[in-house]
Amino acid sequence: MSAANTITYREAMREAIREALRRDDRVFLMGEDVGAYGGCFAVSLGLLEEFGPERVRDTPLSEAAFVGAGIGAALGGMRPIVEIMTVNFSLLALDQILNNAATLLHMSGGQLNVPLVIRMTTGAGRQLAAQHSHSLEGWYAHIPGLRILAPATVEDARGMLWPALEDPDPVLIFEHGSLYGVSGQPGPGQVDITSAALRRSGKDVTLIAYGGTTGKALAAADVLSAEGTEADVVDLRVLRPLDDATIMESVGRTHRAVIVDEGWRSGGLSAEIGIRIAEQAFYQLDAPIQRVCTAEVPIPYARHLEEAALPQVPSIVAAAREAVAS
Amino acid sequence: MAGKKSARAESHRDLLRQMLRIRRFEERCVELYSGEKIRGFMHLYIGEEAVAVGVSHALTADDVVVSTYREHGHALIRGVPATTIMAEMYGKATGCSRGRGGSMHLFDVARRFYGGNAIVGGGLPLAVGLALADKMQDRNRVTVCFFGDGAVAEGEFHECLNLAALWRLPVLFACENNLYAMGTALARSHAQTDLALRAAGYGVAAWPVDGMDVLAVADAAARAAEAIRAGAGPHLVESRTYRFRAHSMYDPDRYRSKQEIEQWKKRDPIDALVASMKAEREITDDDLAVLEKEISEEIDHAVAFAEQAPVEPVEDLSRFVYSETSETSGRARVGPVEAAS
Repeated sequence: MSAANTITYREAMREAIREALRRDDRVFLMGEDVGAYGGCFAVSLGLLEEFGPERVRDTPLSEAAFVGAGIGAALGGMRPIVEIMTVNFSLLALDQILNNAATLLHMSGGQLNVPLVIRMTTGAGRQLAAQHSHSLEGWYAHIPGLRILAPATVEDARGMLWPALEDPDPVLIFEHGSLYGVSGQPGPGQVDITSAALRRSGKDVTLIAYGGTTGKALAAADVLSAEGTEADVVDLRVLRPLDDATIMESVGRTHRAVIVDEGWRSGGLSAEIGIRIAEQAFYQLDAPIQRVCTAEVPIPYARHLEEAALPQVPSIVAAAREAVAS
Repeated sequence: MAGKKSARAESHRDLLRQMLRIRRFEERCVELYSGEKIRGFMHLYIGEEAVAVGVSHALTADDVVVSTYREHGHALIRGVPATTIMAEMYGKATGCSRGRGGSMHLFDVARRFYGGNAIVGGGLPLAVGLALADKMQDRNRVTVCFFGDGAVAEGEFHECLNLAALWRLPVLFACENNLYAMGTALARSHAQTDLALRAAGYGVAAWPVDGMDVLAVADAAARAAEAIRAGAGPHLVESRTYRFRAHSMYDPDRYRSKQEIEQWKKRDPIDALVASMKAEREITDDDLAVLEKEISEEIDHAVAFAEQAPVEPVEDLSRFVYSETSETSGRARVGPVEAAS
């Protein structure tokens, strides 16, 4: 891969937004500090200058109002991209996301679809402590009516936005905060938003990850490979609806599964995936399913505590060894 | 002058007819609820008819309405057929939300009626967004958002007034102040009980009006809508009104006195309009009897329609969770069920 062809995850997301704004005049970006500041993670830097304040709209710190306004604007024929600074702040708009965005189509008997995209940062690893670091995408994946995306690669960061905007229903895109500086190739500019991807092939164990943990799972697979254990790495990409087929196909070959999730273990996405494997591939399993999740604590500030709280390469490797040893 | 006077009488007759339609429709709903034809939460608008009718008088067919869970009246006046409203309350397939909404969630996009929101304050951001879409697409529409005094305590009210004012959006905030948030009196939940004053802090022009006087409400709403259409930004009309019935069918109404309710009933908006129309010789008892008969027939027809309507097949339970399109691109086109009105 030549350096000339690579861009960062942040640039990929910016390029995707720029392309959407150019391509469709119904698209606009709205959120806190997306304009004059350039986005709190600099994703939208330069877009205000290029597209003006009507289409790159700074909002007050009113998550419920501007997320709800995004829903209303979508009902009114626009294609809004609403940015929420972090998933923790999205809780202030949870009423709008659940009670309106996810619900209106059904509650209106099919009359009101909501073609809205909400982007937000998720995840830990930057010493931002307990109100800026959680991974709550699993909560959103609980909600019928939503499509939940977790781009783990530069290609997905570049390519998921346009199909998300074309989706007639609300799509939430979770961008792991540790990925913005990662470089990679952007690909052709559009990807599917329905399936998981096999990022690495191996016959001995399946590592299932998404978003910020995909890179850690791949690094763990390298460590395991040096020991003679070859891992499949499934990047979920889409957290709702889950692509069961790709998961089961992999587990059917390796007979061992390790689920890596930066969310909490109890009642979380890893539990959902685990039970689906038990329901659909129980007799394929040669070992108990393993989970590597975030410790059940609010994310602490101190670096060593935060690192200890999160799934890391050694803990993923250890879980895989356990699975393979059984 | 004669023409002007007759136009005025015609307008009054229309306002009366609309208020009576709501009143009689809901009285029938009470009977049907007792007969267990209608279930779930049902909130009656009886006593507050002047607000929906007065505000709606200022609207065109192109304008947009966002409403609350006490919305039978708003829907009827918006032109949603009594048949599909009643069928919805029966939980039938030909209901205006195909039996998935019930009394609290009436929708009819063809009439620009965006529902039936049962989260107090939850409709305000939708109204702001619908108005934003109109403004960004250069459509000269007004979006009316009905909400109660209870919603003024919600953060969404404050966020939305600020946002609508900041962006000069064409929203008519129609506050229905009936003095109680469910069972909690205004003075028990608001430090500042003058709700119009609250809007002033956001730079939103706000007018309190006698919500039992349909002409006063219509006049205030017309002035507000005109200013909004002229680009003056959002306005708030606070209609001071009263619901004669309990909050919902489950409410034993322990928190207010019989005397208080009786005092307000003396100001019944329908009685008041009839009295003034009779004084002006705009209506006779015979006219009234004809009107009542027409309305009764409309409601009979709606009940018959709902009674014979099919139920949605259980196999269709999970429809409308996601849009029904052949591919992921393009908007869904699943229209409302058309029904005879």
